[in-house]
Order: sequence, then structure tokens, then C-alpha cells
Amino acid sequence: MIEIKNIEKSFGDTKVLKGISCVFETGKTNLIIGQSGSGKTVLLKSLLGIHTPEVGTISFDGRIYSELSADEKRALRTEIGMVFQGSALFDSMTVEENVGFPLKMFTKQTPKEIQERVDFVLKRVNLVDAHKKKPSEISGGMQKRVAIARAIVNNPKYLFCDEPNSGLDPKTAIVIDNLIKEITEEYNITTVVNTHDMNSVMEIGEKIIFLKEGILAWEGTKKEIFKTDNEAIVDFVYSSNLFKKIRKAQNKGDH
Amino acid sequence: MIKEVFNKPLKWSAMKTLIFKEIDDLIIGSLGIVAFISFFVGGVVAIQTALNLTNPLIPKYLIGFATRQSVILEFAPTFISIIMAGKMGSFITSSIGTMRVTEQIDALEVMGVNSLNYLVFPKIIALLLYPFVIGISMFLGILGGWMAGVYGGFTSSDEFIMGLQTDFIPFHIVYAFIKTMVFAIILATIPSYHGYYMKGGALEVGKASTVSFVWSSVAIILSNYILTQLLLSK
Repeated sequence: MIEIKNIEKSFGDTKVLKGISCVFETGKTNLIIGQSGSGKTVLLKSLLGIHTPEVGTISFDGRIYSELSADEKRALRTEIGMVFQGSALFDSMTVEENVGFPLKMFTKQTPKEIQERVDFVLKRVNLVDAHKKKPSEISGGMQKRVAIARAIVNNPKYLFCDEPNSGLDPKTAIVIDNLIKEITEEYNITTVVNTHDMNSVMEIGEKIIFLKEGILAWEGTKKEIFKTDNEAIVDFVYSSNLFKKIRKAQNKGDH
Repeated sequence: MIKEVFNKPLKWSAMKTLIFKEIDDLIIGSLGIVAFISFFVGGVVAIQTALNLTNPLIPKYLIGFATRQSVILEFAPTFISIIMAGKMGSFITSSIGTMRVTEQIDALEVMGVNSLNYLVFPKIIALLLYPFVIGISMFLGILGGWMAGVYGGFTSSDEFIMGLQTDFIPFHIVYAFIKTMVFAIILATIPSYHGYYMKGGALEVGKASTVSFVWSSVAIILSNYILTQLLLSK
């Protein structure tokens, strides 16, 4: 479980996060949604320790990040898996070297054990023929799968995904979304996904927090999102005609 | 930055692989162009000197002498280093800068890897072999001068070799290699700094490479002046 208490983060005179508090639960896919510039990425990077909030605390299963020593922070980071928006695979390495990298750096496993684990996770993300290929030789969807495989290879407790299906076609996006959800349930990890894609919200959003201009404007589940009268979230969700129709149909069904 | 670069690596086995890769990219990969430039510039120095010796009282062995002095004191250590600021420096800045803009450096940090140590330390260690490149440049520069002088009909082999031996001061070699080590550190650090701390996208990677070349060259020229003043002036 990740608990955020009243965090604030500014860049120069601009306050990007304005006192956000929430809880991301274990075994669930937690979503951070909001428009571009709402502070989603800054919140995610604060959770990852890339940004340091000026005010507030972030605790990982009771461990307050800002109070940890450098070694403890480094140890905590080995419990984190991250899927970056652009996959962030290492260009100079093959797919299997990318996936095996955290094991090579942080475990004492033999090359044979690493290879077995790499084969296992690549199979888990349905990628069996790309072991020896470089990231530039595979498609965007395959790169995302490799990024997920690299993120889960060391059995993380926490999985963070920044816009995991941006730039993907709708079909591949659904595959990636489902993969994230399955892995979250299978390994009972705390997953936090940063997205502005409403399809993802509908596919995997078990707990959703909505940010607007650096403030937590709404939180709830994907079922609640269609029933809420919160103006900010209604305005965000129903900017798409498709979702306007879904809301209309849902409301009709309720009455 | 410096403290982070010289922190103990997470795994020495991984670091060893990275160091060998950097030696291959930075040192071995530069030998071809260094050999080509050194050989022909050495030849040009010999020809230019010969063509300017119009007074019959000036001995021909001066061609060998001038080639040796030019190549060992300035051409090999300083001008090859400026060329390497363009070749190695832009390679270092653009490779680290690309990792920055594609979030690969963030990925390392999130995993708990000290990215400065992982990316910059192997380059510094690899460039400790840079004097080897300059040694080859010195040898090939003088060889080029000898071939141009002898086969171009400007001097005899004996005269050229006599010129090479005339008034030879061994400290000049020491001076050249002290300079080379300072330039090696400049070549590893300034481009790494510009790549690591760059912001923006692909266009900024190109700009960072240019800026790193300019600053590396300025640092090489200034440190060349200071070291020459300190080591050679009496």
C-alpha cells in the first residue's frame, strides 16, 4: 500500500501539486487520471523519488520515503518496477539483456538462472520470438511488453506505469491494459497507472483518482465515475461523444 | 556530480563489461581516423618545412627536427585532442543525451542504479588509455614526415633521422603525455556533463553536442597554454 499525505510540489513560482492525499491499495490497479498539465506525471515522479515534494509524505507500506537513508532508498527502489511512457528500453541492449538487467545488477543469480527467469517473464507477456532483437527492431506494442517484462522480472512490490498505452492502436492498448491488470492480481502488487485514456479507465480502473490543476478533484471506482455529479470529472470524462452516449445509456438503465 | 561518478559500482562484473565496451567505442574506434590524420599531417609538416628552407646554409636535417618538434609538442597531443573533442566528445554527449531524452537515465535511477557512476565512470577509465592513441599519432606523424621527406626527394633518410635525434629533450615526451592525460579527463567529463544535464528533445541533443565540442575545445586550448607555461618555461 502506498499512502500519500498532503504533498505539495512547485517548479519556480508554479505550484504543480497542491496538497494531495490518497491511498493506493495493494493488489489493485490504481489510476491517476487528468488532463495534460494537471500534475499526473509530477505526482508519479514524486512517488518514484525523481521529484522531491516540498511538503507532505509518501509512505510505502509504512516506510516514509523522505525519512529513509540513501541505502534504504536504493533498497526500496529495487522493489519498484516502472513502465515509462516511451518504454525507456536501453538501445544498446537486446530484448533479453534489457529484461535481465535488473537481475544482473541486483541479484546474485547465475547467468543460467537469469536466462530462465527472463524466458519466463517474456513468455508471460506473450513475447517469445524477440529475445535477440534490439528495441529499435520491434514494434511499439512489443516494446511496451518488454518494458512490462523488465518491470516485473525482479518481483516488484510496486508497479508504476506512465501512459502505458500511449501511441498504441486500440487493440494493442487493450492487450497492454489487461496484461497490467492480470500481473497486478497475479503477483498481488500495488500498481499505479498514469493515464488520460478513458478506455484504460474502463478496462482496468479499480481505484481512480482525478487530478485537476494540481488538486485531487475526485476519487472513486470506474462504476462510480458514470454516476458522479462532480463537475470536474464529468467535464473530463464526457468530453468524448462515445462516453456521453454510455452515460446516457447507463442512466437510462438505472431509472 | 564527481562524488556520484566515483562511488563504488553496484557490480564490478557489469562495470568491467562497460569499461571494455567504452574502450572499444572510444579508443579502438578512434584509431583509424587518428592514424590517417597523423600520417598525412606529419607528411605535410615535412614538405612545408622543406619548401621553406630556401637558404642553402640551413641544413636539411632541420626537416626531421621540425617534424619531430611539431608532432610531439603540439600536433599529436593538442590538435588530435581537439579533433577527438569532435569525434569522441559528440559521441559521448549524444549517447548520454539520447538516454536522457528517452528516459533511459530515469529508468536506471528508478531501478536504484547510480546513473552517473554507470554512464560516466567507464568513460573516464577507458580514456586513461588515451595516451596510447596519442603515442600512435606521434609515431605515425613522424613516419609520415619521413616518407614525405625521403620519397618526395626533399631530404635523405639519414639526414631526416639525424634531425629527429638533434637536441632531443626527453622531457618533451613527458610534457606531451602530461598534457594528454589532462585532455583525456576533459574529453571524458565535459561531454558527459553536457549530455547528462541536457533538457529537451532530439534537437537539443544536437545542440548539446555542439556546445560540448566548443567547451571541450576551449578547455583544451586554455589548459594547453597553462600547462606549457608551467612545464616548459624557465
